[in-house]
Amino acid sequence: MLSVPAAAVRPERADDDFAIRVDALSLVYRTALESRPTLRSSIRRFGRRERTVREIHALDDVSFSVAHGKVLGVVGANGAGKSTLMRTVAGILPPTAGRVEVHGRVSTLLALGVGFNRELTGRQNVVLGGLAAGLSREQLRAKYEAIVAFAELGEFMDMPMRTYSSGMYGRLAFSVAVNMDPNILLIDEALSVGDARFRKKSFRKMRQLCRQAKTIVLVSHSMASIRTLCDEAIWMHEGKLRMSGDPDAVIAAYTDFLEVDEDDPETEDDV
Amino acid sequence: MSRVATPLRPVADDEYAERHVYEPHRVGIPPLPKYMRELWKRREFAVELSRTTLRAQHYKSALGQLWLVVNPLMLALVYFVLVSILRGGTRGPVYFAHLLAGLFAFHLFSQSVNQGAKSVVKGGKLILNTAFPRTLLPISSVMTAFMRFLPTMAVYAVVHAAAGLPVGPHLLWAIPILVLLVIFALGVATFVSAAQVYFRDISSFLPYVMRIWLYASPILYYVEEVPDRYKPLIYANPLTPLLGSWSDVLILARAPQPALLLAAAAWAFGALIVGMLFFISREREFAVRL
Repeated sequence: MLSVPAAAVRPERADDDFAIRVDALSLVYRTALESRPTLRSSIRRFGRRERTVREIHALDDVSFSVAHGKVLGVVGANGAGKSTLMRTVAGILPPTAGRVEVHGRVSTLLALGVGFNRELTGRQNVVLGGLAAGLSREQLRAKYEAIVAFAELGEFMDMPMRTYSSGMYGRLAFSVAVNMDPNILLIDEALSVGDARFRKKSFRKMRQLCRQAKTIVLVSHSMASIRTLCDEAIWMHEGKLRMSGDPDAVIAAYTDFLEVDEDDPETEDDV
Repeated sequence: MSRVATPLRPVADDEYAERHVYEPHRVGIPPLPKYMRELWKRREFAVELSRTTLRAQHYKSALGQLWLVVNPLMLALVYFVLVSILRGGTRGPVYFAHLLAGLFAFHLFSQSVNQGAKSVVKGGKLILNTAFPRTLLPISSVMTAFMRFLPTMAVYAVVHAAAGLPVGPHLLWAIPILVLLVIFALGVATFVSAAQVYFRDISSFLPYVMRIWLYASPILYYVEEVPDRYKPLIYANPLTPLLGSWSDVLILARAPQPALLLAAAAWAFGALIVGMLFFISREREFAVRL
């Protein structure tokens, strides 16, 4: 297990080697009991003195860090907090306790659907997403061609995204994430989009990014991907960091655990 | 296995250029100077979102973008007919100009608030996937409303000239009044859009609130016409100093009363500060609430 670095000490310049440092991070979801809160129901609940929210401890005292240019694999069962971890590192979800420090421009490819508006065209979505991520118009213009070329969408870029197949949707999402020229890339179970050819291509792109010494955090259920791409791995279990270290060791322990505790020991080895 | 302490290669300087620290601040407000810097850096996003929204609206209808002008004109006609009937047809072209100016300005306000209210909930997917200052969403809605407001001013200019109203440097007073109106609209829009995340029925209430607000503002009538016992009520309306001055300048061709202008400015900046602070203090929770 990793030790918790002294949180009180501000990092010195010499200690700035890491790309991502997560210190004693906890995150508690306070989910509303209903998906669409209304004034009426909250007044009614208030009258009955019921609790409005339920607390879910999605992350519990997680600490680790990733050095520049390293590829970190994250494994764990569904609901282990992997996606929450990724969104916290991306700055989307605020930590409940602890601290996350990220050095570099982050690009994300997250599991819960990319931020595309289906009514808008692919081009409009790429431009809006890029501007929201903090790119300038010039930077975007330079990247746009690369994004379209990699996604192989051609004419579809000027059609509303509701006309896209799910494979095309995924291809564009992957292409945007890897072509934003990030220092840090967060990928959440998104390596298996498109047809076999595109998967091969995205895998090749991933290896290329690894060689370019990008810092990558990769959440995957594919043990083969973790093994081939990652320098280090962590295993999340029920919001806690269960193990970290060499990918082979973590994968061995994780699959061992699955075989003991779950009926189906097979891990899907698609890329 | 512990953290790798030494980098495997020299780290390029630009990798330090962006440094993000995320710490809990559930209650309260993130460091504002940094927030404002981020906001300014991404202003192009608000512009692009507003442009995209404008292009998407009326895209499929026959009159297309012409609706931007036709819509408020029809609205003005409806109210002109209504008031003419109620008043027995004693109102002339000057009143029509007053009505039109007031309606168009009010439309700018109500559009900002109505669209702003929905902006955060509508931007859900983007909020779940990208970290950016969320105030950009209501700001973009207000921009859209303003872009839609501009062509209506061309319509007003025609009516202004046709009604024989004077044209002169006094009309320049309209600009600061418009700025205050936009600031006020932005304040209300940010407040309502954050509240909408918690109470989804707000956007259903809004059209009725806006309708009442319209009747309670000096648009269908002049401020001077209000009976004395309703005077306190009409002056409690933040839009009264704004729209009253607006009509003073455009129709009565006089400089706005300093007291009214001061009241308008107080309302505008008060609303902006309250709305923005409420929004910013809540926005980090949006990703969990959507």
